Amino acid sequence: MSVRDDLAARIPGGDTGLILSILLIMYAAYVLVGVGLGYSLRGQFNTIAVLTFYIAVFAMLALALNLHWGYTGLFNIGIVGFMAIGIYVMAFVSKPLYQPGGAAQVGGLGLPIIVGMIAGTVAAALVGLVVALPALRLRADYLAIVTIAMSEIVRFSFLSGELQQFRLFGERVGFGGGSGLILDFTNPLEAFFGFFGLWDAYLGFVDSFQVLVPNNPKPVVDGLVYGVVLLVFVAAFYWLLKRTGESPFGRVLKAIREDEDVANSLGKNTNRFKIKAFMLGCALMGLAGILWLMTSGAVTPNFFRPRITFFVWIALIIGGAGSNTGSVLGGAVFAALLYQGPRYLKNLIDAALPNASAPSGFGPAIAPLVSNVDPTPLLLYTIDSIRQLQLVFMGLVLIWLMHNRPEGMLGHRKETAAGIPLTASQARDKTAETDGGTTGGEADE
Amino acid sequence: MGISETYTRGRELAVTRPGSVLLGLVGVVLLFDLLVSLATGAQSLSGVGSLVWDGLMRGLVVGLAGVGLSMTYSILNFANFAHGDYITAGAFSGWATTYLIAGLGRADVGALLLVGASGSVFGGTLGIGVTGTPVAVVAGIVVAGISTVLLALLIDRTVFKPIRDEDGITLLITSVGVAFALRYLMQFVFSSSVRGTTAQPPSLSLYLVDGAVRINAHDIALVVVAGSLMLGVHLLLQLTKLGKAMRAMADNEDLAQITGIPTERVVRAVWVVGGGLTGVAGYIFILWKGTLGFNDGWLLLLLIFAAVILGGIGSIYGAIVGGLAIGLTASLSVIWIPSSFSRAAAFFVMIVLLLVKPEGLFSGRSTA
Repeated sequence: MSVRDDLAARIPGGDTGLILSILLIMYAAYVLVGVGLGYSLRGQFNTIAVLTFYIAVFAMLALALNLHWGYTGLFNIGIVGFMAIGIYVMAFVSKPLYQPGGAAQVGGLGLPIIVGMIAGTVAAALVGLVVALPALRLRADYLAIVTIAMSEIVRFSFLSGELQQFRLFGERVGFGGGSGLILDFTNPLEAFFGFFGLWDAYLGFVDSFQVLVPNNPKPVVDGLVYGVVLLVFVAAFYWLLKRTGESPFGRVLKAIREDEDVANSLGKNTNRFKIKAFMLGCALMGLAGILWLMTSGAVTPNFFRPRITFFVWIALIIGGAGSNTGSVLGGAVFAALLYQGPRYLKNLIDAALPNASAPSGFGPAIAPLVSNVDPTPLLLYTIDSIRQLQLVFMGLVLIWLMHNRPEGMLGHRKETAAGIPLTASQARDKTAETDGGTTGGEADE
Repeated sequence: MGISETYTRGRELAVTRPGSVLLGLVGVVLLFDLLVSLATGAQSLSGVGSLVWDGLMRGLVVGLAGVGLSMTYSILNFANFAHGDYITAGAFSGWATTYLIAGLGRADVGALLLVGASGSVFGGTLGIGVTGTPVAVVAGIVVAGISTVLLALLIDRTVFKPIRDEDGITLLITSVGVAFALRYLMQFVFSSSVRGTTAQPPSLSLYLVDGAVRINAHDIALVVVAGSLMLGVHLLLQLTKLGKAMRAMADNEDLAQITGIPTERVVRAVWVVGGGLTGVAGYIFILWKGTLGFNDGWLLLLLIFAAVILGGIGSIYGAIVGGLAIGLTASLSVIWIPSSFSRAAAFFVMIVLLLVKPEGLFSGRSTA
């Protein structure tokens, strides 16, 4: 334990330095593998863009969940439902009005994208209120079941034919049902830069990339820039939650987590605090859902299966609940190692063994092993089904974490409820010398 | 009892439990609506009868699977999210056996053991059914029960035992990990295809005023198996020493331990009984439903949770009654709302009942 903490203490810049250095190591690993695969510069850029995208969305969702679970102790396993509300309401508001003959079966209200994003975020918060009002009176495991049931109700509702299309203000609108909803609003990046009158400048910037990526650099640059935008959102989430956590409001939340009765007896209306914290977290989840899917071109209800909720939980548990730094770190590690890692590994193996064709099922894969001890087909089948086995692996990682490190990577670092730093920097050095255990700082035990 | 007394009591009820009163009113309105549509002929009595029968069958499956969950919930104090995948595991092991016995010599053994993965064998062509291949079905039920017991014991020994003393949420999160690993391992082996497992079972029509309610052989098999197992669990808990120990543990584990109850042995017994019931429930669910996919247990799990919570955690009668209530809600809701919302309606009923009566219908009775 002390080795890790020594290392953490030696990295300049404290927590930020730690996050940045881990991110750098992971990016370096991906780039190196890309070099090994003989990727072109374009391929490398794409890899980085995709990796950044997933790191950012999981970091945002883990941060939002940390507000629920790490700060307030609310066991929410309906994350994906709030994401779905966010993006669906956003699409409903921002999609252009219905035009007969267009690709989209239904239209939206045709309002600007930023209005849609705000509407989606607010809608997620309101659904959070509806769930929270009754459910917070219940035990933690009941809240868990109510939230996951809510997320499934949301999914079934968007799947249903009744909401597929209907008329509102004389316009043909709807949620598309099971076949999905085409997000045919303006490209969000274009809307964003256009708003500042910078779209032409951006296109010029894209053209300058032709030095590095000769043909059609726009998708590559779009991906990279969107990744950067998402990272800015992560920073904003982090800042917001850090400020929230250090405010008097956040201190009450931490008190509720530790002992709700005590907080109550000190005259705090804990239910109000819990509801507010729950709504804020839900709003952030809705916003994260919007940012995740806004550029994907279409959404289908079945994307929002409960497994994404558990991805976020794994990310938070890897990082360590209770710490914002841990949430970001957990999101990044989860995205890079558990989510994207196996898929990238599969590409690597496919490139190394281009001629191997995997058997179509487990039967043909296991038969040669049984009949003449030939494990090759089974290995090939294993590599081919890496997307399923990845989930098995995630499950095992979760079990392992709960057995061996339930406090996460950063260790037990619940941020203190005090408004002022309890440990001055001198005191920090002293404790580090005496017991060599704590990292100190404002994120002390 | 005078009118004024009734009035006072009614007022008291309305003040102390407004939720219950409101719920009762909603129930009365829905019932009235049903009666009106029956009277005007918008709904046929036999149609409603068919829905009720379907709901009862569904409820029996949910209830039977819920008994196991309810036992582990009350005695080990955590919501086991891997329970749904125990159901699937039981179903796959049992159906592999059934396929093997029914199709031996007629198809490739590997394909039979993988329950006809990716369309290599079809249950319909093998003529599987409770009347067509009774031996294969009985063997399947037995193997489903036994293999789920072994699986539950193995997982308990490796995963849950080392963290037995942690709080419920830690165990819950761990069980989610188990669920993931199990489910996708099963997908890896048995493929993600949804296969038809049974041939068309013989059925009989019961005439009900203006039409017929069809009841098939698999419905009857479900009623017989579920009924006898529930009776068996009842007798086990009420009449044996083990049952008494289980009830004592559900009530207060520390007290049970200092009175000399071997708690670890009771925990093992809980997994044996609960796992066996779960495996059989999984098998019989697939027999009744006629299709099998790797997601079936997980999809059923939320309904089972709803049933167990509705009935009151730890009560096996509660699980059964809760299961029937959830099954009937899911089936009958199509009378009033579009059918795509029927599952949502079942969850909604659970949420509403949690608010009105969070301790469940059979509150305060642990494992009995």
